This record gives sequence, C-alpha cells and structure tokens, in this order.
Amino acid sequence: MAIVNLQNVTYKYPLTESLALNNINLQVNEGEFVAIVGPNGAGKSTLCYTLAGFVPHFFKGELTGMVEVAGVESQKSKLHEWVLNVGLAFQNPFNQISGAKYTVYEELAFGLENIGIPRDEIKIRVEDAMSLTGIRDLADRSPYSLSGGQQQRVALTSILVMQPKVLVLDEPTSQMDPIGTREVFGVIRQMAHRGLTVILVEHKVEWIANFADRVVALKDGSILLEGTPSEVLTSDLLAENGFGISRYTSVARKAKAQGLWKKERLPVTLDEAVEGFALTPGPSPEGRGE
Amino acid sequence: MEITISNLQFSYPAGVHALRGISLEINSGEQVAIVGQNGAGKTTLVKHFNGLLQPTSGSVLIGDWDTTKYSVSKLARRVGYVFQNPDEQLFCKTVGEEVAFGPKNLGYDKARVESLAKDALAMTELSEKTETNPYDLSATWRKMVALASIIAMDTDIVIFDEPTTGQDAVNVARIAHVVKTLRERGKTVITITHDIDFCAENFERVIALSQGKVLLDGQANDVLGQEEILATTYVDPPQLTRLGKRLGFKQTVRNQEEFLTALKG
Repeated sequence: MAIVNLQNVTYKYPLTESLALNNINLQVNEGEFVAIVGPNGAGKSTLCYTLAGFVPHFFKGELTGMVEVAGVESQKSKLHEWVLNVGLAFQNPFNQISGAKYTVYEELAFGLENIGIPRDEIKIRVEDAMSLTGIRDLADRSPYSLSGGQQQRVALTSILVMQPKVLVLDEPTSQMDPIGTREVFGVIRQMAHRGLTVILVEHKVEWIANFADRVVALKDGSILLEGTPSEVLTSDLLAENGFGISRYTSVARKAKAQGLWKKERLPVTLDEAVEGFALTPGPSPEGRGE
Repeated sequence: MEITISNLQFSYPAGVHALRGISLEINSGEQVAIVGQNGAGKTTLVKHFNGLLQPTSGSVLIGDWDTTKYSVSKLARRVGYVFQNPDEQLFCKTVGEEVAFGPKNLGYDKARVESLAKDALAMTELSEKTETNPYDLSATWRKMVALASIIAMDTDIVIFDEPTTGQDAVNVARIAHVVKTLRERGKTVITITHDIDFCAENFERVIALSQGKVLLDGQANDVLGQEEILATTYVDPPQLTRLGKRLGFKQTVRNQEEFLTALKG
C-alpha cells in the first residue's frame, strides 16, 4: 500500500519564477527503499522538504497538487503533527543537533520530552535506537565532540526515536570520508531492514545500487526516469543529462562500443563489473596489463 | 616555482600535534593530490603554503621565499588558495567585481586586471554571469566564482581544498577542465580531496597523509595501487583500480583509457 502519495505536485519558492517541482507524481509503498538522484538544481532537496512538510508550512511559496503521507494531506495538517509521520535528516548533521543538550543521551531524549512521552518509555526508545545504530558507547559524549560520521549517526538516531513512518534523508554522507559513509549506510540499512519506509537523496550510486528497491531520477523539477536501480542507473539518458554515474557503468559503456562488454545490461557495482568483464574474450587474465 | 618543505612540524595552540615531520619537494608545474582520512593534517599542511599557518619547527620555502619571512598578502602573489566553502571567500556585489578584486589588490594595472578577470571567467564558464550577485547563484556556480577569483590572480601555485564536495557530475567535469587548463599553462596545482576517482583521473602525483606524516608519495598509479597501506588512512582505491585488481590485471590502472588498454591485453 502506498504510504507516500504525491499527485501532480508543483511548487515555486516565494519570489522566484521557475518551478522547483514540476508536476511530480510519485507513490512509495510501505517498507520500500527509494533513492532519488539528480544533478544540482534538479529539485531533490525541495522534494525532501515537501515530503517533510517544510514546504509549504515553513517555506511558503505556491504549492499545488496533493502531498499525502499515511492518508493525511500535508496542506490540511499542521507541521507539528506532520513531523510525527515523517522524519527528515539534513545533509549536514551539525544543523540537526539541538545545541541545547550536553550529552548524546539527552539529545536523543529531547524530541520525546517535547512531545510529552512518559519517562520510562523515553528510556526504552532511546536505548533501543542507540543499540540499532550502534552508538551506545557515545551516550555520555557531547554531540559536538564527535566525528562527522558519528554526528550523523546521532542525528539519524534522534529521528528514529520519534518512530516516524517515513524517513527522508538528504545526502546524509556528502561531507564524509569513506569510513563515515560506511557507518551511516550501515545504519540506513538497519532502518530499512526494520521495515521503515526510506527515501534517500544520494550521489553515491554504487551505494544506491546495493541498497535501494527503486530509483527516481529528477531533472529540472520533473521525474525523468523511474525503475529498478540497475535499469535507471545504467540508462543512457542519465549520462546524457548530466547525472553522476558509476565509473563501472561508464567504462563498460565504452567497452561495449568496442565489443568488449558482452552482457546486455551495464554494471553499476564492482561485483557486476567483475562478473561482466570476466566474459570478455581476450588474453588470459594473467596476461593482461603486461 | 618549487615548494620545499623541510622537517615541518606543527602543533595547534590547544596542543594537537597536527604535523609530525613532513619533508617534501613539489616541482614547478606539478599536479599533486593530497589524500587521507579526516584529521590526517591535509588542510593544516597546505595552510603553510600561503602563510596562514607558520611552522612550529622546520621550514616551508615557496621558490626562494621562506614563509616565515613574508606576509600572507605577499605570499598571495605566489600562492592562490581556494577554500572548501566558497561562502568563506565571496563578498563582492557582482561576479565580475569579485573576480577582478584579487588582481586589482595585487596592484596590477587596469588592462592586466581586465584581461586576467576575463580569462578566469571564461575558464570557469562564468562569462555570461558577470553582472550577477554571487549569492543569487546556486552553490555550484558560487564554487566556480571562488575558483575564478583565485585563478584571476595568476599565481604560479594554485591550491584547491576539496573542490568537488557537493558538486554534481557536470560541475566536477568543469573543475577537471580548469585543472587541465592550469596544467597546460605550467601552473603548479595542489588539491586536497576525498574524491579518489577525481584524484585518479586528474593528478599525476599523489601524497597520502596519515596522522601528520607522509604515508605514501609518488606517481598516482604507484600510490593508488597500494590498497592495504591506503586503508590505514581510510582511503579506498579508485573504482577502476579496484576493478582492475579484481580482474587480475598486473598493472595498476586508474582511468578508462588505462583500463581498456589493459583489458585488451
């Protein structure tokens, strides 16, 4: 069943001429993991803000069409009600941390205290969430003493304790080195396995291919392409429209033009590339690169 | 213009010992990428090149200038530095003014300022946007304004700190084009980057730092092939390097051409 339902959604920021979102139709099923890709300015962050209710409750502007999550329409809902259904993680975890609390544990309890959850339940929720994201050992640290990867895991945990139905992540690893990226994707995978509906904006296509059920490609505020990760991420349309594509895909596309890639579908991940290039006739692997 | 770094040590006032004895020679016209995990000392090192930081011990020479004997504003004639976040360096009302500010400030005459600005704007594809306020541009274009404003100063050495962070594929290609153009003009380009594929495709020499020391330094292929050593500073080899390894190529490959050549055997 679709938990997220966008119909003919068009949006313009205040005082601007161009459409940030142009007639978006998107349904996301409960428990589905959808990745959004697109060049800068495609409308990815605006789509996140729309799902999270910031558009139109905070940013104003002109929104038409219908945005519905869990059967409730955002225009007919109040922001403080809406945020209980949808959790949004910002690009920079620093922007998410309240600054009002001295320890990670208190930071995680903060949102729950605000909505009046009883003390005993707060304890249970916080400790459960910390176990899930593997940050129990950070409980007594200051949120500001942590590395970027650790901060982002704390930010994700602070959303998880609220038990939203839908989790929206806007490039959660863009500022991170490989170790931070691995930590954060580990947590996202855990959340998806728990059955949370996840909508992730991400440039790192190899990760998307390994995680997502479906990929939506946005360009100039419209959906250009939609399908399985492999279908979308290997499409010629993406390369032609300035999307980031995996080096495995682009090298295989060149190889295919020279008759050196024998499979129908181009690869996105390392494993797919290894499997496909193993079929390329030629000298034995031992002879290659001499 | 060469950079000579001798046994450079640096400690921050709070006591963090960020650089622990670095010696390097960077020759005129080299294209160098500096990689390594967060906190390895990459930004601390390059901030010594334009005098933003002074050695606790050891020395840094830019050509024949010892950085402790020249002010940051003097060193700006030899070393241009593009910050990671463009918003830390943009302040003029229009893109044109912003890009002309640097060369004007170096005291160049009007004709030279104009020609340097024009050239830098063309290289960064900003020629159509000279009258725009930088803050009316998207973050990607602001990045290009930051690049252009440093390129216009026509320094022999140009430093980029994480130029591709948050940039899409189209803009990464634009930045790669800038690096290539500067190389053709004989400029020394030094880049700090986590984007190891960008590093592999655009730089000939790679220096890997770890805990304030040089872990690896050499030709890109030699350095990027050292998977196990790089892992100690949390750097993954480039995608095509990893693929070549998995396919059993004997040579390290780092870009499409090298990969396809090796594939054909």
